[in-house]
Amino acid sequence: MTAPIGTPATPSSLLYLDAVSVTFDGFRALNKLSLVLAHGEMRAIIGPNGAGKTTMMDVITGKTRPDTGEVAFRGVDLTRMDEPAIARLGIGRKFQKPTVFEHLTVRTNLLLSLKGGRQAFAALFARLTSDEAGRIEAILARTRLAPHANRMAGALSHGQKQWLEIGMLLGQDPELLLVDEPVAGMTDAETMQTADLLRDINRTHSVVVVEHDMAFVRALGVRVTVLHEGSVLAEGSVEQVSANPRVVEVYLGR
Amino acid sequence: MRLPWRPLSGADWAAVCVLSGGSALALLSLLPEGSPLHVPQFAVGLAGKYLAYAILAVAVDLVWGFAGILTLGHAAFFALGGYAMGMYLMREIGTRGVYGNPNLPDFMVFLSWDHLPWYWYGFSHLPFALLMALLAPGALAGCFGWLAFRSRVSGVYLSIITQALTYALMLAFFRNDMGFGGNNGLTDFKDVAGANLHQPGTRAALLALTALALAFCLLASRAILGSRFGALLVAVRDAESRTRFIGYRPEHIKLLVWVYSALIAGVGGAFYVIQVGIINPGEFAPGNSIEAVIWVAVGGRGTLWGPVLGALLVNLGKTLFTGLLPELWLYALGLLFILTTLFLPRGVAGLWRAAKPAGAAEVTPEMTSADHEAVP
Repeated sequence: MTAPIGTPATPSSLLYLDAVSVTFDGFRALNKLSLVLAHGEMRAIIGPNGAGKTTMMDVITGKTRPDTGEVAFRGVDLTRMDEPAIARLGIGRKFQKPTVFEHLTVRTNLLLSLKGGRQAFAALFARLTSDEAGRIEAILARTRLAPHANRMAGALSHGQKQWLEIGMLLGQDPELLLVDEPVAGMTDAETMQTADLLRDINRTHSVVVVEHDMAFVRALGVRVTVLHEGSVLAEGSVEQVSANPRVVEVYLGR
Repeated sequence: MRLPWRPLSGADWAAVCVLSGGSALALLSLLPEGSPLHVPQFAVGLAGKYLAYAILAVAVDLVWGFAGILTLGHAAFFALGGYAMGMYLMREIGTRGVYGNPNLPDFMVFLSWDHLPWYWYGFSHLPFALLMALLAPGALAGCFGWLAFRSRVSGVYLSIITQALTYALMLAFFRNDMGFGGNNGLTDFKDVAGANLHQPGTRAALLALTALALAFCLLASRAILGSRFGALLVAVRDAESRTRFIGYRPEHIKLLVWVYSALIAGVGGAFYVIQVGIINPGEFAPGNSIEAVIWVAVGGRGTLWGPVLGALLVNLGKTLFTGLLPELWLYALGLLFILTTLFLPRGVAGLWRAAKPAGAAEVTPEMTSADHEAVP
């Protein structure tokens, strides 16, 4: 039932966190957290507020440097790299609060996210290629944003912004997607559509999803990791972790 | 679906208006004095000065309006461009100075210097001086921006540092041993490229050239903002950390626009000095940079034509107001800024946009062209 915590990275592991600790002003946000994600896997991360879910994302994407511990992606040490370098390595991130470029159109938002050149100077002379145009159209169709393609991203509804952000992740085409609370503020129908989309994305990408919504996690039907006070409390299927007395205790209070 | 033609943007119109207006004034000033359409010399000088200020306003807007970097020190780049031009004009005086020294400008003779400092070499050539009017501000902006942006200094902290930068330069240029004329600066210019600076023909040509330079800056900036880089600028302005997680380096994007903006400011400074006839350390005064920010705020940041209008309007107001009630001008300027911030956050350009159909109001004219690029 429990995951192979502390086991060394095997060739099949894509993301490897070992004994990662982060302290903010004496508060231990992560406490010897260990997590291994296999190639092609989708993992759901749940846990009460303050369990360290977002801090874990911050550590993986280079926003926060761990005090101790090892973080590796495809065997590359991430703790010495900054955000753009990690993003270029193939890790994409969707934030809890949808952050899109509000004063650019949906189409331009997607254009900027497309995998490819990232040099500021080259962007002066970049011309839209037919390949790029095709990729944008495909993402618009997949995220159901085609009717809104020429609207300002700031004019979209909350749910549409969430989808645009997922679309930008698709454009980035990273090997690993980190998705933080993708269904916050969505209707039930939108939530289920998002679960479908993520399962679809998982066919070609590895995914880590942080979510509170248990119905959504259940719909994903993937392995679940429960975080508590900065370390892993339990790991297993939805049924297994929700039957775990320690998980019940943490969620319902003592 | 790419449009075969592109509708003229606000920046294109501004370039056309500036160019035709500037040339018309220049031509009319050459009419005989009795003619009813004759434009007096002082008006030509004022117009040239305003247009030079408008170039500075465009430079400020590029970093503030489009990249979200509130600069309170852009007059430093303007003044550096001005000093480079001033140094050339000093060398052009030759033996016609008070001391008649063929090798040294007057102020150096006065300080009993016996040779020209090395950094004055080459300034007897106009092309070299023009190059330095670009290189000096560009190099300073490059060093400053590289250090500031890679340390992720932003917001009000960056604004304060830019203010400190221009203040430090002012104190440095006040020193006589810096070799830039100290307190008095550089003045008493006689001619440029062999043409007498006090001849109406020369002054008319300079006005037309300033208008041309401004029009060129507008069109070049429009092209840059319409490119994918322009979209990146807006992205960095609105959600800088998001651009990082996509893999862009906002510090490079900011540095590029910052240096470009400094080059434009330098051009403005060069045209300013040649028409105003003096450059001194007062041009580095922090208040000058703040005034430039007010022009942009009044005209409307985030559009290219707004700052041009703002610079012309506010400076025209300043000329009229200081003629009537000189001691009250600063209060009036402060009040103007407060009122603009409260009631016209998008400046005069915002009024124009509000008059257009709903929805269009959110689009900066420049970005619509970037979107055309994104349409296959």
